[in-house]
Formats: sequence, C-alpha cells, structure tokens
Amino acid sequence: MTPHVTLMASDTSGINGVALAVLIVLFLLVTVAGFMASRFKRAESLESLDEWGLGGRKFGTWITWFLLGGDLYTAYTFVAVPAAMFATGAVAGFFAVPYTIVLYPIIFIFMARLWSVSHRHGYVTTADFVRGRYDDRGLSLAVAVTGFVATMPYIALQLVGIQAVLEVAGLGGGDNIIAKDAPLFIAFALLAAYTYSSGLRAPAVIAFVKDILIYLVIIVAIVYLPGQVGGWDAIFGAAEEKMATTNEATGAPTGSFIPGAGQGWAYATLALGSALALFMYPHSITASLSSSSRNTIRRNAAILPAYSFVLGLLALLGWVAIAAGTQPIGLDGEPNAQLVIPQLFEDMFPAWFAGVAFAAIAIGALVPAAIMSIAAANTFSRNIYKEWLKKDATPAQEAKVSKLMSLLVKAFALIFVLTLDKQNAINFQLLGGIWMLQTFPVIVFSLFTRWFHRYGLLVGWAVGMVYGTVGAYNVKNPVTGKAFGGSLDNIPGIGELGYIALTAFVINVVVATALTVAFRAANVSNGRDETIPFDYFADADDPRVQKDLTEHAHHGDAYGDPDDIPGNAPAR
Amino acid sequence: MALAAVLLVIPIIALMWVPSYTSDAPELWGFPFFFWYQFLWVFICSALTWTAYKLTLSARGLSSHKVGDDR
Repeated sequence: MTPHVTLMASDTSGINGVALAVLIVLFLLVTVAGFMASRFKRAESLESLDEWGLGGRKFGTWITWFLLGGDLYTAYTFVAVPAAMFATGAVAGFFAVPYTIVLYPIIFIFMARLWSVSHRHGYVTTADFVRGRYDDRGLSLAVAVTGFVATMPYIALQLVGIQAVLEVAGLGGGDNIIAKDAPLFIAFALLAAYTYSSGLRAPAVIAFVKDILIYLVIIVAIVYLPGQVGGWDAIFGAAEEKMATTNEATGAPTGSFIPGAGQGWAYATLALGSALALFMYPHSITASLSSSSRNTIRRNAAILPAYSFVLGLLALLGWVAIAAGTQPIGLDGEPNAQLVIPQLFEDMFPAWFAGVAFAAIAIGALVPAAIMSIAAANTFSRNIYKEWLKKDATPAQEAKVSKLMSLLVKAFALIFVLTLDKQNAINFQLLGGIWMLQTFPVIVFSLFTRWFHRYGLLVGWAVGMVYGTVGAYNVKNPVTGKAFGGSLDNIPGIGELGYIALTAFVINVVVATALTVAFRAANVSNGRDETIPFDYFADADDPRVQKDLTEHAHHGDAYGDPDDIPGNAPAR
Repeated sequence: MALAAVLLVIPIIALMWVPSYTSDAPELWGFPFFFWYQFLWVFICSALTWTAYKLTLSARGLSSHKVGDDR
C-alpha cells in the first residue's frame, strides 16, 4: 500500500501502563510463535530458498489469504491511510479503497501465469523470470535492483508504524539515544532472529494473530466509536467542515471531502497506478509464489477484498478522529498526523483494549517487515549474488546468503529510521511506488508475449525511472518548499493533476513500443527464451508438474531448468 | 474465457470513472453516496472475480491440453 501523506501532527501524556503491558504480552506471544513456526508444515531441511524463502511452496488458500493480507496491508498503511484522511481528506486517503479493489482483477489476470512459469522453472523472483524469458542479464538486473531498492524504505516505514504506537504508549522519550530507541531495537532484533531461523513460515504463522487482532480492533472501533462522537452524520459533518477550512500556510482549502471537479484524474490515477505497482514489489511476489497451486492465487483474488473493506473502514477512522477532536502531538511537542489512530484509540478505549489495538499495529508491522526482508534477500542472492558474484553457488549457499542478507536489510532499515529524518523514509517510499511501476511492462507484458524487444523494455524502464524520479523531485511541499512534496503532478497533454508513476508508466510503454518496432526492423536478437507456452498454464494437478514437484521435494539438484524439454536454454 | 475477461474489466472501468460517483446524495445510513458506493464495489468486485474464477475452471476442464498447447 502506498499512502500519500502530507505530515501534520500528537500529544501523549506519559506512559500508559496497562496498554503497554497488554502490548508487551501480545508481542512476546507472537515472538514465541515466530520461533516455533519452523515446525509448521515442516520440511526435512530449511537449507534452500524454496524452503526458507517460499515456505516449501505449499501454502493453501487460507494460509495464503492470511499471509497476503498480512503482507499487503501493512502497519504503515494502518497508520498512514487514516492519517492522510485526517490531514488532507479523501483524495489522499480514500483512494486506497478503489486501489485495493481494482488490484484483484489485475492480479487475477497475470499472477496465475507467473505462478505456473515460476513453478516449472524454479523461479523465486520476477528477475529470475525475466532472465529465463530473454536470457538477458542486464534486463534481469534492472528488475532486481528496482525491487531491492524500492523495498528497503518500505521496511523502514514498518518501523515508523511501530514507533507511532510506542510513542503514543509513552515509550521512546528521553534524550539518551539508546534508552529512547531501545524498545524499537529489541522488537526488531527479535523479528530478525526468528525470520533468520524460520524463514517465510514465521510471518505466515504471525499473520494469523495479526489479522485476527486487526479485524477485531477495527470492527470494535467502527461499531463503538461513532456512537461516542455523535454518529456518522456528525463524523461526516465534522470532516466536511475541516476540509473546507483554509489552510493558513497555502491559502487553499485544507483538503477534499469528496473529490471535486479536477480531482477525478488524481483519484483515479493514484488508485490505478498503485494497484499496478503493488504486485511488482518482491514481497507481494514472494507471498504469491509460496502458494500451493495457481488456483490458490485466483481464489484469493476473490476473497482478499475483505481486507479492502476493512481498510475503507479504517480510513474513515481518520474522520472519526476529526469528530472526536483528537490532537495528535508527538513526544517532541510537534503535531504529527501519523499518530492520529493510536492517539484516537488511547483517548477513546479502555486502557487494556488500547493495548490490544497497539499490539495489532505493532504486530502488523512485523509480518510485512519479515516478508519484505526475505523477498529483498532472495532478490539479492538469486539475481545479484548468484548471477554476478558466484555463478556456481549451490542452493544451500544461496539460502545462506539470503538469510544473512535478510539480517542486513533489517539492520539497514533500523539505521535509516534511527539516524535520518523519518521524512526521508516517506520520500523514498513515494519514489519506490513510482519505480516499481516501471518494471510492470518488463514483467507482465513478457508473461503474455515476447513481441516486446528486451532492449526496448530496458530503455523504456530507464526513461520511466528518470521521468518519475525527476517528476517527484520537482513537486514542492506547499508549506516547507522541500522536494518530494507529493506524488501528483500535471499530466502532459491532459492538463489535470495525476499520479506521476502512471504518467511515467505511459511514457515507458510508448518508448518500449517504438524501440521494439525499430529493433525488430533492424533484426536485433531478442535473446533466447527458455520457457514454452505450456509453462504458463501448468498447475499442481498436472502429471508433469507433479513430477516437477517431486523433483523439487529433494532439493538435491542445483537450480536450473528442470523440465528436460529439448530446445530450452541450458540449466544455469 | 472472453466473458471472464469482461467480468474482470467491469470493476476497473466503474471505479476509474470517478465523476460517476463523486456526490453526496443519496445517503445511506449517514454515509454520503461517494463512500457507500465504493464499499458496495468491494462486494461486487469480489463476486465478479469469483465468477471469473469459476469460468476459467470450467474452461480448463473442457479441454484436455497437451504439452505445448497455448490456450
């Protein structure tokens, strides 16, 4: 999820003992669950990427539902979407609802093909697929690096989610940097330890706890809170009033109650662009590929919208906070909209239930952070380490590098959040969404056709990356005047505000198409394809795939092309 | 299969057509139209996707494919 937030502000008054105790107990519970997760659907050995990084590729419909739900709807989403609603209204916040609705028809269309081809050829990342489809290391590296770099700030933002909860619970104060950040440090060290030992099974188990807590908290909040602040009429009334007031710094209205004339493009392009980009992220792909059959993904496309419904309710809690008069002031005394949801819970709920709600958000950060670090690590070990640094790496060495890398990326995220201004993480996250969308043509178009030329796709990607980055840099914050002030800019030729990522995507596709025509006319080789059409339809019930599954069960052989079909590229 | 594709495209078109739902009225249980309409699409989209899934299953069952077949 990619919320687009302009920061505002939160007051917390001392340590909330009861809430903190409940938070700590629930946190310890999932820590134990995380360590015990390695026994879940146990394999003979965890020493391969299939096992450690994809949970043995045997998660069924419901586990996948919890895992994907826990993965996509992150703690940062739960903090930032209502914060955006609270601060600037429906265009910045509620677009998350159409975004997470149109998401599922889109993944329905291509994810089953990706599942099948990955299953047939042992692909763990999208860059693996691109490598196999075009036999082109450069294009594969472009996809791998984009995914890796875009995921890092996303992990850092999960920490921002935990920080928001700890700050409202009263922790993290003081001038001593070690005492101040110790709770966050401990939480992340525990996360790193059980991710290292249990791999993808750890977030799969924790996702159950996280999702049940989230559903519980939001349903209770949405049933209980409106009555406390005068009902939905009063809530929408208060929001409409706030959004219509003039922002002193900019002279424009504070925000949008319902997108007005001229905001339709912004709303639609934010939703569509974010939806197209989300399943390009390595963590989304990792959770999808860990499912046990191609139909698991399709069934999930029909049942995952349950989370979108909850996300919509959560977004509206940002407006409940307006009606409730919530004042999100940080420990530093500055207003911070990111704290609005934890603050609302602390103000309105009994202390013990506020603790449950805090735990839901904090645990909600662990699942995506674990999967993201695993996915980023897999990308590194497969597409950078094995491809460029050590070509003869064995599966055990690959898994070892992945495990170490998952620790490194988490350490990096922690340093990022502790030493730099939080705004940097948010800026990079904004850029990450723009960057991920630029890999869409390379990955998704290639699942359906090899008409596009690999060099055309590569140049299109590069142009989209540069346009998107420069475009985002040029958006100035209306209050502070700093760069990366938002993700909306004029769409050239249309003259309306739109999501920069989608504009860059269109330019990317146009460039790729034009160059494809040129390269094809000039007869430049489009690389060698190791896949065959059947690869894109294979399912777990197919006799050939069952043979494939059995071969994978032993993990004795090096990764490569396991289908023995003549004419394919040789095993790497 | 073509029908399944149509079912999947319907929610995308409906939700991208933003001006069709940016209005206050009619309200439902205190919710302006803009909000409850989008919540309603969560359910419609889910139903359409499930139907598309069932359609692809039956399409798969009818044809016995061979290695190399592209469908």
